[in-house]
Amino acid sequence: MSSALLIDFGSTYTKIVAVDLDREEITGYAQSCTTVQTDIMIGLRHALALLPSSLRNVPYACKLSSSSAAGGLGMVTIGLIPELSAEAARRSALGAGAKVIKVFSFKLADKELREIEGINPDIVLLAGGIDGGNTEVILANAQKLAQSRLTCPVVVAGNKAVADEVCGILQAGGKVPLATENVMPDVNVLNVDPARTMIRKVFIERIIAAKGLKKAEEFVEGILMPTPTAVLKAGQILAAGTASEKGMGDLVVVDIGGATTDVHSVGWGSPVQAGVVRKGLPEPYAKRTVEGDLGIRYNAESILKLCGAEAIRQNASLPHPDLGKKLECLSRDVGFVPDNPEDQDLDFALASCAVQAAMERHAGSIETLWGPQGQYFIQHGKDLTPVEQVIGTGGIFIHHPRADGILRKALYDPGQPFSLRPRSPNLYTDAHYCLFAVGLLAERYPDIAFRIARKYLKKWND
Amino acid sequence: MTRPTVVLGVLGVDAHVVGNKIMAHALEGAGFKVVNIGTFSSQEDFIRAAIESAAEAILVGSLCGHGEMECRNFRENCIEAGLGNIHLVVGGNLVIGRQQWEEVEKSFLEMGFNRVYPPGVSPKKVIDDLQKDLKNRGAQGAGSKK
Repeated sequence: MSSALLIDFGSTYTKIVAVDLDREEITGYAQSCTTVQTDIMIGLRHALALLPSSLRNVPYACKLSSSSAAGGLGMVTIGLIPELSAEAARRSALGAGAKVIKVFSFKLADKELREIEGINPDIVLLAGGIDGGNTEVILANAQKLAQSRLTCPVVVAGNKAVADEVCGILQAGGKVPLATENVMPDVNVLNVDPARTMIRKVFIERIIAAKGLKKAEEFVEGILMPTPTAVLKAGQILAAGTASEKGMGDLVVVDIGGATTDVHSVGWGSPVQAGVVRKGLPEPYAKRTVEGDLGIRYNAESILKLCGAEAIRQNASLPHPDLGKKLECLSRDVGFVPDNPEDQDLDFALASCAVQAAMERHAGSIETLWGPQGQYFIQHGKDLTPVEQVIGTGGIFIHHPRADGILRKALYDPGQPFSLRPRSPNLYTDAHYCLFAVGLLAERYPDIAFRIARKYLKKWND
Repeated sequence: MTRPTVVLGVLGVDAHVVGNKIMAHALEGAGFKVVNIGTFSSQEDFIRAAIESAAEAILVGSLCGHGEMECRNFRENCIEAGLGNIHLVVGGNLVIGRQQWEEVEKSFLEMGFNRVYPPGVSPKKVIDDLQKDLKNRGAQGAGSKK
């Protein structure tokens, strides 16, 4: 029997999935608290000890892992115009699985530089100017960064005409510049993949060691990517298929966590209705957005602030008279698992609000304009209305009896006709917590990874 | 010498794309690097594109007759965004009804446009003027900073 072990060093839990590669089955799952403060291996050993004994001491064909431990991959991105190169840089970093802590644009002020030093990111992504375009701002920002106290690597992905000069300035300041292709080589042309590849390379080669996770590599072959990248990768392989497996087509993955809600969409999202004009920076084929204010534990109170008590109550079936107090408790007791109908109902309502808001921000929208010749429809972002598959992942989709009800909140709402969310997709939940494992396994065995995902995703509608 | 960059687009709620495509083609042929932001573009879209691309000129098409309204404060907004006296060109069906061309041209020049063209102007005329104007500006050391 040939097996693979897939490990995720999560921010809270270290999760292990064991896979039988011959039978294409998940043979074991275990989790234990991540122990990054002391020794990452302690938590991993605990989790391994929880696996059935038959899985503990077998030789594994591969042991791959992802990580969002020790704060994940924290990034700061810098561009020129907020809606253009700064946005392109932000999208590139998000797609690389980063936690984008802040986006800066134009020439950095001294105050902003201090702010970046305070953030102390794992990587800075520096962009600005199309190829052959503006050089003044990226050069000025390189000078600023060179004079800063920052020690993290700087990925340089701006105007190619001055890429060497920018790297030279950073190097002279004792920084570590890594040049790659421009994230926006022309106005409204997006080129996010080279920067994503570079960010991943830096993550593997430098960040793992910097975060004290190198020790895990005694046991695993390598920490290959940040956790969100593994999930996005699983989404990509499911959508596009492999050399021998036909893909499922365009899809959306909604990942609800305690602190954040991630949405991944795979597909171009081009207009499907006649007469609709698309404007703005093009969207990446594999797009990830992170809502740092939407999570059902740490951010339970910020859901209340953002969506309001009325929206939470609308999504609930029970009255919840002491809502404010309840949410305050949840935001402190982040490991809370509901064990009665009332708490389950509140989780349902919170997750529903998070999904609705996260999808509204992720999906494109239609703007109606009136001109002398009549009405025009302008599309901003992706049209996800024809998407055929929507997948939910995260603890709540495993444990909640009405998981499909939560997922339905991601869909098109006639009350918001201009928000381009999926109309009538198939609904799946990641009932075995296998998506990250699929994303990792796809690195070595794409066909098997694809078939395991198909087998273990739980379908909710016909 | 590098190719001069120009931003081209159709301003406002205006779907007229044919002239825009022809103009883009002609400008490319004449050796310009054309950043074509297309139809339904706002003043902000033009300005943002001009900054990222370090353009030497902005060429505004306005075909729906609302030019006077849509172009208001274009120069002031360029100045505010740091583009200063970037070369501004406008053309198309700028106004509706029968108005004297001289008056129309005058009002757009007063708004801060450097060249104003009536309907049916040939791309060649626009390009010849543009080349001449940018050359003169270069000699004076004007234009946007690279």
